[in-house]
Amino acid sequence: FYLTPPQVNSILKANEYSFKVPEFDGKNISSVLGFDSNQLPANAPIEDRRSAATCLQTRGMLLGVFDGHAGCACAQAVSERLFYYIAVSLLPHETLLEIENAVESGRALLPILQWHKHPNDYFSKEASKLYFNSLRTYWQELIDLNSGETTDVKEALINAFKRLDNDISLEAQVGDPNSFLNYLVLRVAFSGATACVAHVDGVDLHVANTGDSRAMLGVQEEDGSWSAVNLSYDHNAQNEHEVERLKMEHPKSEEKSLVKQDRLLGLLMPFRAFGDVKFKWSIELQKRVVESGPDQLNDNEYTKFIPPNYHTPPYLTAEPEVIHHKLRPQDKFLVLATDGLWETMHRQDVARIVGEYLTGVHHQQPIAVGGYKVTLGQMHGLLTERRARISSVFEDQNAATHLIRHAVGNNEFGTVDHERLSKMLSLPEELARMYRDDITIIVVQFNSHVVGACQSEH
Amino acid sequence: AAGMFLRLLSDVRWRAARPPWGGWTRSRRSSSSAAEPHPASLPAQAQVVICGGGITGTSVAYHLSKLGWKDIVLLEQGRLAAGTTRFCAGIVSAARPVSIELKMADYSNKLYEQLEQETGVKTGYLKTGSISLAQTQDRLISLKRIASSLNVTGIPCEIITPKQVAQLHPLINIHDLVGAMYVPGDALVSSADVSLALATAASRNGVQIHERTSVSHVLVQKGCVTGVETDRGQISCQYFVNCAGQWAYELGLAGEEHVSIPVHACEHFYLLTYPLKEPLASSIPTIVDPDGRIYIRNWQGGILSGGFEKNPKPLFTEGRNQLEIQNLQEDWDHFEPLLSALLRRMPDLEALQIMQLVNCPETFTPDMRCIMGESPAVRGYFVLAGMNSAGISYGGGAGKYLAEWMVNGYPSENVWPLDLKRFGSLQSSRTFLRHRVMEVMPLICDLKVPRWDFQTGRQLRTSPLYDRLDAQGARWMEKHGFERVKYFVPPGKDLLDLDQSKTFYKPDWFDIVGSEVKCCKEAVCVIDMSSFTKFEISSTGDQALESLQYLFSNDLDVPVGHVVHTGMLNEQGGYENDCSIARLSKRSFFMISPTDQQVHCWSWLKNHLPSDSNLTVEDVTWKYTALNLIGPRAVDVLSELSYAPITPEHFPSLFCKEMSVGYANGIRVMSITHTGEPGFMLYIPIEYALHVYNEVMNMGQKYGIRNAGYYALRSLRIEKFFAFWGQDLDAFTTPMECGREFQVKLEKGMEFLGQEALLEQKQHGVYKRFTMFILEDHDTDMDLWPWWGEPIFRNGRYVGKTTSSAYSYTLERHVCLGFVQHFDEKTGEELVVTTDFINQGEYEIDIAGQRFQAKAKLYPFSSLFTQRRRKEEVELSGYQRE
Repeated sequence: FYLTPPQVNSILKANEYSFKVPEFDGKNISSVLGFDSNQLPANAPIEDRRSAATCLQTRGMLLGVFDGHAGCACAQAVSERLFYYIAVSLLPHETLLEIENAVESGRALLPILQWHKHPNDYFSKEASKLYFNSLRTYWQELIDLNSGETTDVKEALINAFKRLDNDISLEAQVGDPNSFLNYLVLRVAFSGATACVAHVDGVDLHVANTGDSRAMLGVQEEDGSWSAVNLSYDHNAQNEHEVERLKMEHPKSEEKSLVKQDRLLGLLMPFRAFGDVKFKWSIELQKRVVESGPDQLNDNEYTKFIPPNYHTPPYLTAEPEVIHHKLRPQDKFLVLATDGLWETMHRQDVARIVGEYLTGVHHQQPIAVGGYKVTLGQMHGLLTERRARISSVFEDQNAATHLIRHAVGNNEFGTVDHERLSKMLSLPEELARMYRDDITIIVVQFNSHVVGACQSEH
Repeated sequence: AAGMFLRLLSDVRWRAARPPWGGWTRSRRSSSSAAEPHPASLPAQAQVVICGGGITGTSVAYHLSKLGWKDIVLLEQGRLAAGTTRFCAGIVSAARPVSIELKMADYSNKLYEQLEQETGVKTGYLKTGSISLAQTQDRLISLKRIASSLNVTGIPCEIITPKQVAQLHPLINIHDLVGAMYVPGDALVSSADVSLALATAASRNGVQIHERTSVSHVLVQKGCVTGVETDRGQISCQYFVNCAGQWAYELGLAGEEHVSIPVHACEHFYLLTYPLKEPLASSIPTIVDPDGRIYIRNWQGGILSGGFEKNPKPLFTEGRNQLEIQNLQEDWDHFEPLLSALLRRMPDLEALQIMQLVNCPETFTPDMRCIMGESPAVRGYFVLAGMNSAGISYGGGAGKYLAEWMVNGYPSENVWPLDLKRFGSLQSSRTFLRHRVMEVMPLICDLKVPRWDFQTGRQLRTSPLYDRLDAQGARWMEKHGFERVKYFVPPGKDLLDLDQSKTFYKPDWFDIVGSEVKCCKEAVCVIDMSSFTKFEISSTGDQALESLQYLFSNDLDVPVGHVVHTGMLNEQGGYENDCSIARLSKRSFFMISPTDQQVHCWSWLKNHLPSDSNLTVEDVTWKYTALNLIGPRAVDVLSELSYAPITPEHFPSLFCKEMSVGYANGIRVMSITHTGEPGFMLYIPIEYALHVYNEVMNMGQKYGIRNAGYYALRSLRIEKFFAFWGQDLDAFTTPMECGREFQVKLEKGMEFLGQEALLEQKQHGVYKRFTMFILEDHDTDMDLWPWWGEPIFRNGRYVGKTTSSAYSYTLERHVCLGFVQHFDEKTGEELVVTTDFINQGEYEIDIAGQRFQAKAKLYPFSSLFTQRRRKEEVELSGYQRE
């Protein structure tokens, strides 16, 4: 059976979300016009997460995609917590003091983030107190440390990533008297998540990446065509520098066992991640925590299993690589997406499809017959296809949805094939993961006028 | 000039040696690099300067020189026939719905056929015939209407079955066809070569042709052309002809004195292919598939196919960019619907290899008809442009008419439908043109049913009552940019939506208009007739009266307060305008003429009135709102509103009085209607319009007043045999020919324009006669409705065409008005039409090939003018159907 086009659309659009930055928010004009995001599950439940928020006490906007593995607990926790850690890392000393005083005296807290969430993007109520306490400890340390220097965004991002991963690890080691929370923190620590986060403030774009999600900038060339600029490096076996780093960090004796079948210790695809304490803790610590943990954990073969050739932990880090990019007027949009997208589409195609979608001009290469031998029938077929491509654009009100439609439905000609799309979306849950991965996409659109104006100011 | 001619000939031979289309990008380039080393210098003066070396310019030059004018210079900014003419598809087809266009195309065909023999220049003329396909019954009806028209013009033409189509053209898929029209005489030409042949012949007759010379503007003094300024110097001249095609608009605005030429270009695409495996026979007919929006012709064994898409791409809105025309892009995605239509029509072409998609800009006009004639603003400034992608079909004939116009003062046919003066400056807004041509280009293929209206460029000129009327259900049509009410849809009644209501049969407004007509006859209706053109002519002395007595055939020396119906005639006694004139005072007159006369009448008066500063003419159209109170109770309504005696003794027919209506004073009330019903015209200063309208409607309530529209008006005037200028009357019709001798005062004691011609007709009789036909065996519900342009047959022989028609709700019959001629059975010579000739014939009207019996009348049913006498008269004439 086939899904009808409306059925296909209802599946594709179930998780779509759009946010337009108000043109004038009273403070400053943003270099971000807005963003579109969406996710399409392959796992049940989906293991990807996404977050977007505006920093209220500093300038800038945060956007991130998180690809969980071995469950969604870690990705969920990171999606809730990471932006707070980043925001706090960016806050000036006075603001931190003010916040701490407010908490101390029970006054209303200054809001730190304004979230832009789809109704399906939830926060766990139970853990909020626990998470808050960890965060408070972090800012108290920052207050004590008071370096007096202005905060460097790159530094802040790295610190926030590392600190959160550390807190996840510590919370699991300490445990919680509440058995639900106790189990939760353990699940968070034993599962893992990659993160790819962008911070945009005026023309300054920072991308902090941990793992194999990817950030890509869509650039419009002078002739109107689209090209892609990578703003992150994948942390996996295909990245020579990553393999090199691993080898440096571990004795030569382990050289051969470090990466097997393109996986870390033959098990893990991403070479950097949050959580995944099985690749970070010593064997003793793992055994102790599992044994003292709840039965569910104890019965779980995966958690009990110690990776082979596990000699010199930690093998895994959450430390991100941060790339700083000064936005130019030709930089029209940023795509953050989990590896589910990049497995199916080349970044050049992503740039073109999103670019054409956003500009509304379907800059399909105009067809010129030139010296080629083309028959009327061939030309007709080609034109009909191109028309179908354009009409599929108009079905979508969301660039991320549009991209997913292409990622899942594209045939060999780069055209959305409804039959294929319908087939892929009607796969039963247990089969879906064999054909595709969870896909999460955020497309951020920049305001070229603002970018141009900022640029000329500097 | 001789040197020029030699160069031109060699050029022609050089071009002719190549396949007419092959490698023309190359030839264009080589021709530009091989520019003439010594361009002949421009003459200092000439009688005529023609700007534009395309098909229209060369045709005008050719015909002027044929008529004996020799002192002519033709200027072309690039090379001859290098613009749209070069790229166009070269189809010559007479299958045109408008009669004057049909005649032009027929003449062009005959001209091109002998052109090669006359000039020695190969024109590629091939008589292939054309087949117009119908995918629907409605389309077939429209083809049948054209076929009737072609046949009576003497152009062979037949309606054929799909099977016959397959026999004529082996490649056509006929499964979705219901029929077709075959015109065997239609032809193909190489358009650029036709243009060059015309130029060659003109050149032989002494016309000087200068290429690479562009006109920057036209020099004007005291409203007359005195010369042109070019990039190679000045030429002084008496006449200038703007044949600049898509650049005509800008050239018109280039001088100090602006000449509005409402044209706008659109991109037009067609496809060229390599030859078929079995190359098409050169005699294979051209296919026109209007439902698929395409045409397909043979082109060197392959095909040439283009069309008129629904979503045209207008271009050069911002102005001229000569570089762009060479570099217009092929746009395959845009062409896709047309390609689909082509492959549906000829599926076997799938394997045919593409050579090129040609993008050739075409020029369109606001009403889909070309533009010719003299500018109302500048004497001696003539225009021929806006061919609506039929430049080759019309070029020959249009050039001939324009040349006649310049040489003889008027062409040999009525070209009012093409006259530049049908437009005013209001149609020259660039935005208006851009929007309108986007509607016009698809219309070339759209089905045109009776009384279709343009949808774009509307609500430009409106009456102050527009909103009030619109709120009461008014449905609008447009004339000369002015919104006029067709009819009022009563509350709660739904009409079909636009597409569904398009029909050749009984329309959905039938009952609505019927009830408006009934109200006009039994009670009172109000019709907003503000669109009519209104002039005031006054003088300090007797100049106004004297000049008008010369310009009008009726006697205007009437007591103050009288209204006179009269024609404004030309030398031949033909109607240049049909007016009602009120004598406001000894020295001032108020003149009312049809809406589309605004420009034409103004220019006629300007050209014929003495230039006397004591004589003033003012266009007061915009100053007055005109309400027509029509019906037997109109007098009651008016007398209650004015407290003035309006009885026939105090206010007889054809009188004009200023009086108060409600609170508003100074309302000009005339006891005339344009339909023959009793009633009044109220000319109201616009600021009082709403007040007077409200008063009339309030007071009228007890007399059963309601709004009515122009459809009711038309039905009323046609059943009473009232002729309308622009529809029935034109510059080739005299009062003697339409039963209006009573409006001509041959003995009014002074000479007037057209007097001689009328005297001549009075003595020797007329050659056509305006006649009223009542359809007898026509079923209003089931049969096709007449429109206008239907052939009239007398005793089985063609004698003329109808000019307008309407359903008469009183007679419960269709009434057609038209002209009857008398052709000698053997020689075809036109003979005098006598009353006996009209009365002693059996008549039939041909509606799309089906003939209906009709009864001819030379005088209206007098019964229709008075209620009382109606019954006996109806019995007498045998039309009682109660």
